[in-house]
Amino acid sequence: MTSEVENKPVFCTESAKELVKELRASFATGKTKSYEWRLTQLNAMVKMMEEKEPQIVAALHDDLSKPELESSIYEIAMLKNSCRLAVKNMKHWMMPEKAKTSLVTFPSSAEIVSEPLGVVLVISAWNYPFLFSLDPIVGAIAAGNAIVLKPSEIAPATSLLLARLVAEYLDSSCIKVVEGAVPETAALLEQKWDKILYTGNGRVARIVMAAAAKHLTPVVMELGGKCPVIVDSDINLQVATRRIIAGKWGCNNGQACISPDYIITMKDYAQKLIDSFKYELERFYGKNPLESKDLSRIVNSNHFARLSKLLDEDKVSSKIVHGGERDKENLKITPTILLDVPRDSLIMNEEIFGPLLPVFLVDKVEDSFDVINSGTKPLAAYLFTNKKKLKEKFVATVSAGGLVINDTTVHLAEPTLPFGGVGDSGMGAYHGKFSFDAFSHKKAVLYRGFACDAFVRYPPYTRGKLGLLRALFDGSILGIIRALLGWSKA
Amino acid sequence: MEKSIAELRETFKNGGTKSISWRQSQLKALLQLINQNEDSIFKALDQDLGKSPVESYRDEVGVLKKSVTYTLSCLEKWVAPKKAEVPLLFFPAKAEVMPQPLGVVLIFSSWNFPFTLALDPLIGAISAGNTVLLKPSDLAPACISFLVETIPKYLDNKAIKVVAGGADIGERLLQLKWDKIFYTGSPRVGRLVMAAAAKHLTPVTLELGGKCPAIVDTLSTTPSKAKVTAKRIVGGKWGPCNGQACIAIDYLLVEEKLASALIELLKKTIKRFYGENIKSLKSISRIVNEHQFQRLVNLLKDPNVADSIVYGGSVDEEKLVIEPTILLDPPLDSEIMSEEIFGPLLPIITLKNIEESINFINSKSNPLVIYAFTEDETFKKRILSETSSGTVTFNDSMVQFLCDSLPFGGVGQSGFGRYHGKYSFDTFSHEKSILHRGFYPEIEPRYPPWTDFKLLFIKLAYEFDYFGLILLLLWFKRS
Repeated sequence: MTSEVENKPVFCTESAKELVKELRASFATGKTKSYEWRLTQLNAMVKMMEEKEPQIVAALHDDLSKPELESSIYEIAMLKNSCRLAVKNMKHWMMPEKAKTSLVTFPSSAEIVSEPLGVVLVISAWNYPFLFSLDPIVGAIAAGNAIVLKPSEIAPATSLLLARLVAEYLDSSCIKVVEGAVPETAALLEQKWDKILYTGNGRVARIVMAAAAKHLTPVVMELGGKCPVIVDSDINLQVATRRIIAGKWGCNNGQACISPDYIITMKDYAQKLIDSFKYELERFYGKNPLESKDLSRIVNSNHFARLSKLLDEDKVSSKIVHGGERDKENLKITPTILLDVPRDSLIMNEEIFGPLLPVFLVDKVEDSFDVINSGTKPLAAYLFTNKKKLKEKFVATVSAGGLVINDTTVHLAEPTLPFGGVGDSGMGAYHGKFSFDAFSHKKAVLYRGFACDAFVRYPPYTRGKLGLLRALFDGSILGIIRALLGWSKA
Repeated sequence: MEKSIAELRETFKNGGTKSISWRQSQLKALLQLINQNEDSIFKALDQDLGKSPVESYRDEVGVLKKSVTYTLSCLEKWVAPKKAEVPLLFFPAKAEVMPQPLGVVLIFSSWNFPFTLALDPLIGAISAGNTVLLKPSDLAPACISFLVETIPKYLDNKAIKVVAGGADIGERLLQLKWDKIFYTGSPRVGRLVMAAAAKHLTPVTLELGGKCPAIVDTLSTTPSKAKVTAKRIVGGKWGPCNGQACIAIDYLLVEEKLASALIELLKKTIKRFYGENIKSLKSISRIVNEHQFQRLVNLLKDPNVADSIVYGGSVDEEKLVIEPTILLDPPLDSEIMSEEIFGPLLPIITLKNIEESINFINSKSNPLVIYAFTEDETFKKRILSETSSGTVTFNDSMVQFLCDSLPFGGVGQSGFGRYHGKYSFDTFSHEKSILHRGFYPEIEPRYPPWTDFKLLFIKLAYEFDYFGLILLLLWFKRS
């Protein structure tokens, strides 16, 4: 099937079927299961990043006007670390884990063996198109799977580069990239996968999960949500402000799933907070942030229109206290702060995913928990405070994928913490060993011997056997003796 | 029904199920429920499935008591946050992972182990601090009546509810939003459950089934081992609810030359365990209902299949009894060899060489368990690395179900997710990451405007190259 317009074969259901068939055959050879193969692939990925960093940075700049530092650090360096961690620990992760056995199955030994799930699909997002494509793949490779990657078409330069680099550096008989948009994704989703990891939004996540249901394919969904930041009054305001700015506008200009979405603070404190923001924002991005090279642009005109709509809503447009300038042609919106937005405004109910920061006011800081819990569970929640009790209450009452106290977003870089959502912000987790686990089946193995065959298991069933079974389950040696002697209740 | 669920949500929201003391009290109450009502439970299981008290204790009452006791002894440990290592770069910082209840969970259980499959997941859901709606299968009516009447007498009615009903109730429940759905049953319905869950992005655990094979490679060892093998095979086929179990042995794989010896041993063992013929059958459950009975009888209707019967085959429609039946090499494309049997029919497939069993098993979808009776260590390793199943049990059947330290769940068509022991607690929890940071020291290079120095600094920081960082700072200070 060829499209006359593009002169490129269209990737349809048949193509997807063939692709999966090919990968299943590769997986069946056992190639991806070997430690050497996994190691070679991960090392090749590190090499790819070392050799092609300028091209990657350029593609990210094309797609998102992402500042070089953000690309180098949040996409490339983080991914390199992920690879290195997997290379260092993979042997250990691959080893079976011993499991305890009890009197009930004596004599026996048990272990849990990690095995690859098979052929997995990774669907990535546009905002960190490099990281969200390859980071899951690190886990999938470490766990020994064959992989198809579907990068986001909304970041086309990165998608194209990924297709080229994966073909050049990795084993194309086992790891493939399929570029494209809705039709290609739909064709892929019709196939049977052994696992799907999807990063993106809730609407598409439902479609992915429904497609997975047809084949009973387990899924990991890395979604988003409105990540709130509670700001208490007795803090180091400057540090807090800077950390919020770094997490908001410093992360792809607010277009990140864990970016602070909105702030909750006390009525009396708001002005001080906003003044601090104004000051630090100018220090970071200058007097004309529209011209700052340290801010990503809005990814495309659809999202620009979406964000403009949020700002133009009647009850909200008058609440802008900083920024609000837009450059439609260059898809730029300056860091914008809104004060005292109504709870029922669009901007307080939809995930913003952009450079707008509403500040919602409460009378006392404890009221912020109800505000957060009245919405869907976010991917992350942040709290700035020095009060121990408030921290404890925050941790106990706020349900989110992850929490950070006195900082924002940095937990992403912590490989010992599972990164994932709950409720509407997703299911499953990855990073570090959690990535390996996400793409593994943990097979339980029980080794039994022939000695000490417990006759109580077998018919004919008698009252005596019932008594003995009771004792065996209770794990009481005395009970067993009594039962054997016929002294216990049957 | 919507009102009940709203009450569950309210109870959860008000924190009614969060405290360890609430969870402990509910678990203790559940233990009391079981201890004080054993006879009623035995009676209900006998009524619905013809289970003997020994089978009921072994597979349901005993399992549940063990599960509750184990959970109670470990609960405080499980609930405690786990520390996570933090690199020096983040100093001072503290990282931990804290389990949190998911919220309001829905548990669907199956009819073959109506108590275990309902209450074992319930134990997990309670221990993790959730509110629960339990929807048992309507094919075990006496057991359901018992649960509906008795659970409210012992457990917190505002947090744990049972609803009786058929598929229509199940469908209605699936339209609503849950924080987790735990389903035990068939792959067909598993798909429907997951598709419904997808609308609300509800995570699911699916405990399904499959054709669990038993590879038999121990007949040429000592006679006593051969005898034990036969007992464990018979016990693993007809013992659990007369083959109507997701982990029952579905079919056997054995070398041609050993087939007749195996069949003889099995016949002897069956007669000893269950009686000489269908008229004197004892210590064995019956088929649950007419529908399942007809389904099983139909599997034997194919003349080629009927011809392969070497033992048993008699049925009693009135009593819903099918005697233990052994078939030797039925056609591989027959329904009995492609569908999960879930009943007292045991096909034996012969192979020239026992190693062929690996390819045979891999030609079918991943089962919940693979049983292998063998003492060949190399063969064991091959089975482990070249096949995929939820669990592998060597030299026995069924007992892996009793191991609280082993995850119990499937892979591929046999399901995903797992439970038992701590895995039950985990399956109903969200593991929340928490990072505590201090305000000092501040790392200036985190913030724009970006410069080459800051880029280099952060690069070194990400590589945890502390030495490089110090050098950089010194060089910077100097220049």
